[in-house]
Amino acid sequence: MTHLIDIKGVRHAYRTDSGPLPVLDGLELSVPEGGFAAVVGPSGCGKSTLTRLVAGLMKPDEGEVWLHGDLVKGPKSTVGMAFQNPVLLEWRTILQNVMLPLEIVSTGMTRKQQEDRARHLLDLVGLTGFEDKRPSELSGGMRQRASLCRSIVHKPEVLILDEPFGALDAFTREDLWQTMHKVKAEEPFTGVLITHDLRESIFLADQVIVLSGRPARTQYVMDVHLEGPRDIEMLYTPESAEALNVLRQQIRIAQGRDAA
Amino acid sequence: MSLRQITVPLLALVLFGLFWEWLVWVNGWPNYKMASPSDLWPAFWKFRWLFLEYGWETLWRTVVGLLLSVIFGTLLGMVMGLSKTMRDALYPLLVGFNAIPKATVVPIIALMFVGQHDMNTILIAFLISFFPIAVSVSIGLSTLEPEYRDILASLGASRFTIFWKIALPKTLPEFFGALKVAVTLAFIGTNLMEIVEPHGRGLGHLFDSGKISADYPLMFAVLIALALMGIVLYYVVVALEKVFAGWAERSPT
Repeated sequence: MTHLIDIKGVRHAYRTDSGPLPVLDGLELSVPEGGFAAVVGPSGCGKSTLTRLVAGLMKPDEGEVWLHGDLVKGPKSTVGMAFQNPVLLEWRTILQNVMLPLEIVSTGMTRKQQEDRARHLLDLVGLTGFEDKRPSELSGGMRQRASLCRSIVHKPEVLILDEPFGALDAFTREDLWQTMHKVKAEEPFTGVLITHDLRESIFLADQVIVLSGRPARTQYVMDVHLEGPRDIEMLYTPESAEALNVLRQQIRIAQGRDAA
Repeated sequence: MSLRQITVPLLALVLFGLFWEWLVWVNGWPNYKMASPSDLWPAFWKFRWLFLEYGWETLWRTVVGLLLSVIFGTLLGMVMGLSKTMRDALYPLLVGFNAIPKATVVPIIALMFVGQHDMNTILIAFLISFFPIAVSVSIGLSTLEPEYRDILASLGASRFTIFWKIALPKTLPEFFGALKVAVTLAFIGTNLMEIVEPHGRGLGHLFDSGKISADYPLMFAVLIALALMGIVLYYVVVALEKVFAGWAERSPT
């Protein structure tokens, strides 16, 4: 099976004043084309470092990151990113914010096509009528929706989501999970989702990777096979409870509170 | 701008003038102790052409000094904001320079470039006002959250593109905050030089003439003229801020 994202034996340490601080030590991750992997682990275990590696924003000390058969050596326009902080530009309208990547990446689209695409995406996430508003006029959940549109406007192959729903309240978060499925159905991408929320990981992803505590290595991989339409009720079935239980135990091991 | 936004400050000005007049009258102060608003009009009228001529002198020198501050301060702020090494190297130098009272620099500059009134005055206006601009631009750039950089950097955007599209516009509110301080400082600089330099020009020189000829109402009239020019220039900056950084102002909700 060919993998769109392939991370092999990655080790990395940050140089600090008090010596090297190893964050990743033996990270393995493979996501097939169209797959959606969720990465969970104790806080501070190097999950965000992982996103920066995949995005080509930094190079690992050791090991390799492959995207679509190419060794990652620097940033690539085939990657989209969204963060916990929606980082919308306050001086631009929502529509202009969504169109920002198209000013950097050449897509061959005319100005009109770019705008139509941005409007279409905003419509898809339920932000119709907010195109000309400023980010400060939107709620946190709406800003995150706009940020999501911006991350996929240039049709990236790989979408990296670094805890995008982490700062939202529970109900808004669940709404956004549903939106995420809607977006994925219409705009195919291969995704890596960093999250703290185990329910989120099994609801959105088809593969959950548990990282150990720092320095992080791949500790456990779970394939998620949840049946039926993805609605919130799905999280309350016995299968989901079982999967969540296994993941919770793995997290406990990662935190070092249980003997492995 | 609504009618209320104009009438309220105007009314406050009139009330202040009346209070001032009353204060002088009730204490029976002679005009060399404290001139009253009613003493000022004759002084203005008597020297109306000089006020226009010198006022213009002071104004254009201040504005040119301020423009130099904006250019140099922004460039310096950029260098310090984008490079930690440059920040570490330049900060103590900059702080030390700013700590020197500019009144002591004035005679040095006046001696350095004897007779070149325009240049001396512009130079002092510039020297006294670039510091807040440089500091605020450098802080604005160095405190940019890494995510802002990453959204463009992950697409392969160049450093310049990131600076132009994100860092620079994001710094504008801080820049205008500093510019409001710099406007006032530049006026102080211009007048310092105009007062100290012999055979000078500008409102500072008119103030000095008033002092020499013991024309106290004239001295007060100069102060009022300077205050008015300061207000005008300040609101020009406010108007520019509305155009270029109006997005930073939250609507009260």
